[in-house]
Amino acid sequence: MSETRENLRALTFTQAVNEALRQEMERDGTVFIMGEDVAGGAGRADFEDAWGGPFRLTKGLIGEFGPDRVRDTPISEAGFIGAGVGAAATGMRPIVDLMFVGFFGVCGDQIMNNAAKMHYMFGGKVGVPLTIMTSIGAGTNSAAQHSETLYSIFAHFPGLKCVCPSGPYSAKGLHIAAIRDDDPVIVFNHALLMGRRGANVERDDVYGLHVPEDPYVLPIGKSLVAREGADVTLIGTGYTTLVCCEAAAQLAEQGYSAEVVDLLSISPLDEETILESVMKTRKVVIVDEDYPRCSVASDLSALVAEEAFDYLDAPPKRVTAPHTPVPYSQPLEALYLPNRERVVSAALSVLA
Amino acid sequence: MRVEPQFLPSTEAVEPIRLLDEAGRLAPGAEAPLDPSRTLEALRFMMFGRAFDARCWSMQRQGRLGTFAPITGQEAAIMGSAMAADPARDWLVPQYRELPALLRHGYPVERVVLYRQGHPAGGFVPPGVRVMPYQVSLAAQLPHAVGIGWGMKLQAQSGVAMVYFGDGASSEGDFHESCNLAGIVDAPVIFLLQNNGWAISTPRSIQTAGSDIASRAPAYGFPGVSVDGNDLMAVYLVTAQAVERARQGGGPTLIEAHTYRMGAHTTADDPSRYVDPETEKGWARRDPILRVQRYLAQLGEWSEDRDAQWRKEIEADVDDAFERASRFPPPRASDLYEHVFDEVTPALARQRRWHLQEAAGGDEETG
Ligand SMILES: Cc1ncc(C[n+]2csc(CCOP(=O)(O)OP(=O)(O)O)c2C)c(N)n1
Repeated sequence: MSETRENLRALTFTQAVNEALRQEMERDGTVFIMGEDVAGGAGRADFEDAWGGPFRLTKGLIGEFGPDRVRDTPISEAGFIGAGVGAAATGMRPIVDLMFVGFFGVCGDQIMNNAAKMHYMFGGKVGVPLTIMTSIGAGTNSAAQHSETLYSIFAHFPGLKCVCPSGPYSAKGLHIAAIRDDDPVIVFNHALLMGRRGANVERDDVYGLHVPEDPYVLPIGKSLVAREGADVTLIGTGYTTLVCCEAAAQLAEQGYSAEVVDLLSISPLDEETILESVMKTRKVVIVDEDYPRCSVASDLSALVAEEAFDYLDAPPKRVTAPHTPVPYSQPLEALYLPNRERVVSAALSVLA
Repeated sequence: MRVEPQFLPSTEAVEPIRLLDEAGRLAPGAEAPLDPSRTLEALRFMMFGRAFDARCWSMQRQGRLGTFAPITGQEAAIMGSAMAADPARDWLVPQYRELPALLRHGYPVERVVLYRQGHPAGGFVPPGVRVMPYQVSLAAQLPHAVGIGWGMKLQAQSGVAMVYFGDGASSEGDFHESCNLAGIVDAPVIFLLQNNGWAISTPRSIQTAGSDIASRAPAYGFPGVSVDGNDLMAVYLVTAQAVERARQGGGPTLIEAHTYRMGAHTTADDPSRYVDPETEKGWARRDPILRVQRYLAQLGEWSEDRDAQWRKEIEADVDDAFERASRFPPPRASDLYEHVFDEVTPALARQRRWHLQEAAGGDEETG
């Protein structure tokens, strides 16, 4: 561990989420977690803590809070997410875990027709303070149904808040924000980020290594500037924020100063931060791993084109996955994902 | 007059049907439903399945294969049922833990190798092979099977659809909707539940508070049966009867095969963190392959020599599968755009052109 600061806690993304869940469960007795394999091994008392889900986000929690508050469910996403909606509408703050976002179809009605619309349809009487955690992202050799990103589908629905952390600091702050929020919030955790620590030793903020121990909230609906720059704006979401930062570093070597905006909140959208950056740099590259049609990337591109057209020196540029399912083959998957080279070359094309 | 509500009695779990005991002895008075040569045929697939998975496991550990779900421990549930299906007219609709059944039904083993390598050619089921692709989106195969069976019925064909699923998958709404629909339309479907005790780390006891899953069938208006899933003969017997009834227009059957996953959920799992080793040892004594071998030994059809000989042959067959798979050209960058639609759309063709240019060097082999 680096000795640059006292109490520097270089938690992984997973540990940061785990800590957020633990602290919120300690703080508020109405918070409980359910999902497939979130406890794990409940068949054997001394092994109860073993698993904690495929990404270990919930590891250790059942030991602390017991099986009533950390609940392994049957494989019934519609059942337990719907139960989450019901419990949330009547006083609890459930956290439900949808193991992979690709399974949303099984429980789509509960999320899109119920969680998203209950507050609206009952005249604001019924709140649904439900948190849905789900894992997203390609790059793990897991084939087409376990590798999707899909947040744009959820952002399409009014009434659902959608956030996507880019590192341990934002992971902790956004999970706590989601749990405390009175609306339904979906937190999209990227598979490639979960084992990682913060990126930057120098910085002592969201993009640093340090994850503060005291609970804190990162406001939903706010994007952040991960790196300041003057020549071009790169917008990333979750994992692609890291890709943008790598690209910005390479562009710096070539004499260009790139600003990186980390979207963090997909819905609501922080139009102000985005437009401010683009009006400053006058060029924008939007980097997104989701399917490109009807996506967050196309939404951002439209926003910039409509609201900042007069400021632009070049048309907005998108770097996305192709409009095809995620390939299972590892070499093809490497070609599929937006990477540093593609972002650099897109940036150079708008800088030219 | 006071009306007393009539609550239905809760059903007790029934003792699973069994023909072969752990020593491979046939139950007193029972007749073997498979003759020695068909028993040997089934055994060969069972042993091949286990050996193939063992090879794949070590290759996966070397980073040469992707994630897969091994079948170890479930060979009798898989082959006992598969032996009752006719590759010429019946459809197999798998989850992802039925390898040898698919092979017997005509799915080429080299395609399985390719599939596990993530090669796009791996998912291709050759024409005429009545096997649906592996299903990873749990329980989604169940309604497909109803449609397949119902379709064959409407066309006055005699085929049945045999659909496999796990105890975990039985908790999805798709299970209920499929059984209900199949019951209504009398679809010729065999719902073959492999209850292997686990859904990743979630034990069967958490999956349902019901006594067993087979007992749900009568509520849908068709029979359910509980069978020792580690007993090749018993699984075959009940499946053959169910297939026969379905062919005669008798509709669906739910078969719950009680078996055990002797190892990891997939290569991405470490069951030592949640499985009690004592329980696993108990199940090891009920090994489905040993049981068949012991049975055959009593008939004079199995010996140590034969065992050694078969193992050698099977290793060679596994080598051969990998060798044949290696003859497929590695995936190309342009494969990203294949099979999204029947024909590549103009927009995708444009993207492909651009992508290949950008991937520097055009449509090069990636592997
Ligand atoms: C709709 C859906 N939900 C969750 C998962 C994640 N998952 C994959 S396998 C599995 C357990 C399946 O258990 P079971 O059906 O009993 O089959 P087994 O693996 O034991 O053969 C789970 C939860 C999934 N693939 N699809």
